[in-house]
Amino acid sequence: MNAATVIFLILATLLVISSLMVVFLRRVVHCAMALVTALLLIAILFISLQAPMVGVLQVMVYAGAIMVLFLFVIMFLNPGVLEQPSVAWWGLAAVLSVLLGAFLVPLFSQYEPGDNPVTSTELFGSPDVLAKSLFGEFVLPFEIASVLLLVAIIGAVVLAKREHGSDGAA
Amino acid sequence: MIVDLAIIAVKAFLVLFMVLNLAGVLGWVERKGSALIQDRIGANRASIFGFAGMGLVNTLIADPLKFLTKEDFIPPAGDKLLHTLAPCMALFPALVTFAVIPFGDVLILGDRVINLQVANLNVGILYVFAMGSLGVYGIVIGAWASNNKFSLLGGVRGSAQMISYEVAMGLSVMGVLMVYSTLDLQEIARDQGMLIRELLPAGAAFLQPVIGWLPAWGVFLQPLAFLLFFTAAVAETKRIPFDLPEGESELVAGYHVEYSGGKFLMFFAGESAEVVTAAALVTTLFFGGWQVPYLMRDGFHFPWGSIWLLPHLAVVILQVAAFTLKVLFFCWLQILLRWSVPRFRYDQVMRLGWKMMLPLALLNVVVTALIIVAAQ
Repeated sequence: MNAATVIFLILATLLVISSLMVVFLRRVVHCAMALVTALLLIAILFISLQAPMVGVLQVMVYAGAIMVLFLFVIMFLNPGVLEQPSVAWWGLAAVLSVLLGAFLVPLFSQYEPGDNPVTSTELFGSPDVLAKSLFGEFVLPFEIASVLLLVAIIGAVVLAKREHGSDGAA
Repeated sequence: MIVDLAIIAVKAFLVLFMVLNLAGVLGWVERKGSALIQDRIGANRASIFGFAGMGLVNTLIADPLKFLTKEDFIPPAGDKLLHTLAPCMALFPALVTFAVIPFGDVLILGDRVINLQVANLNVGILYVFAMGSLGVYGIVIGAWASNNKFSLLGGVRGSAQMISYEVAMGLSVMGVLMVYSTLDLQEIARDQGMLIRELLPAGAAFLQPVIGWLPAWGVFLQPLAFLLFFTAAVAETKRIPFDLPEGESELVAGYHVEYSGGKFLMFFAGESAEVVTAAALVTTLFFGGWQVPYLMRDGFHFPWGSIWLLPHLAVVILQVAAFTLKVLFFCWLQILLRWSVPRFRYDQVMRLGWKMMLPLALLNVVVTALIIVAAQ
């Protein structure tokens, strides 16, 4: 077992633990912080796969922006401690998990890991390569996605404005 | 292998040691500086055997001792675990950002070439922003875990302010990245060793005698970006005039109302470390980093043609000294700002960030792109 495998196993174990904590902790802020931990661990996984660009973007976008907004909302609503879900929900979750497992186990049992699955070059995952494919080959989907996001932002602003219509404050 | 690891460990230790100590000394500069600005004497009450050292004894020995021996109070209705973790989350990002900031060119010892930068990342500037975006957690979590309305308000203000200014900060750097066409901070610092006359296109040759002799520092190529970046960086440190998350007159002490003792010291040190980091970033992106004007790897090459050769070690020492001096200058500028400007109102801070800095940063990106395309 080489060093990379050991690091992967440690990271993967921590990742599974923190993901379970997201689901099983009962205070909402603790769940959110466990999710932040999981996202940071995924970022480290990316970096250990020699894709620092993706790893850093993962931290910046998910841990740095999206989760902060989550926390923002959680702090405003302050839901405190979640109730224990009822037996019916546990039953439904158990059935779904067994079904998911039934699909996943055959998939994983067919998979044979190579010695060094990532064959990376110096440029793999570098900003240059990423930018060239994003703004060259995939420029149309990229622009369409940006228009979609713009529509979503304008929609959100319009909806928010309508509710506070008459008080005039921005 | 062992030697390589040792070199990395020494570099990491040195940088961390320097930043933490500089953050400590800044506490003293801040007190004496504010006293100077306000025509007072400043901290001079503690002394060891009659030696007060211009208040240095206060800030370097008495203050930490006082902080560490104070009662560490955790609000009974608060969240004990997160209340304890929050100061670490506030201090950590400010310290690790320094890993990608180059403090010199290369040091050649025998046949070993040592890059004077702790971690040479090809996405350096993105790493800086990623770590900067993590800085919000210390405030938000600390504010929430205190279970105090004032601190919660401070936390909400802090997160809104930091997210707003991160946007303007990121866009203002875009122009610099376009000019030097790299994300690697060491490469950006290296490119600033050129002179502007090497960059001028043939069509703009008439500017040669006017600005051709200037080094190609970011501040000369991207003056607007420098103003926007520096403002946003000051806003990110949450100090006056942007200290809305603390706002003593409104929120007592904002997000750290419920902190005392060593944990408060960590928030305080985190703020000082952020000041140092902001100064180092401004230096690296806009003021040539470790560059001394006209100093190449073998000595000075002046624009009027004369050459003054220097030994390698002297060049490296000059570079590190230049970087340190520039960082100290920007630390002092931030302290000067803090003690000369009153606090903004919250709506003013938001308007400045979203309605003035963001459009200006976008304009800067567009104009820079047009000029680059025209020059090609």
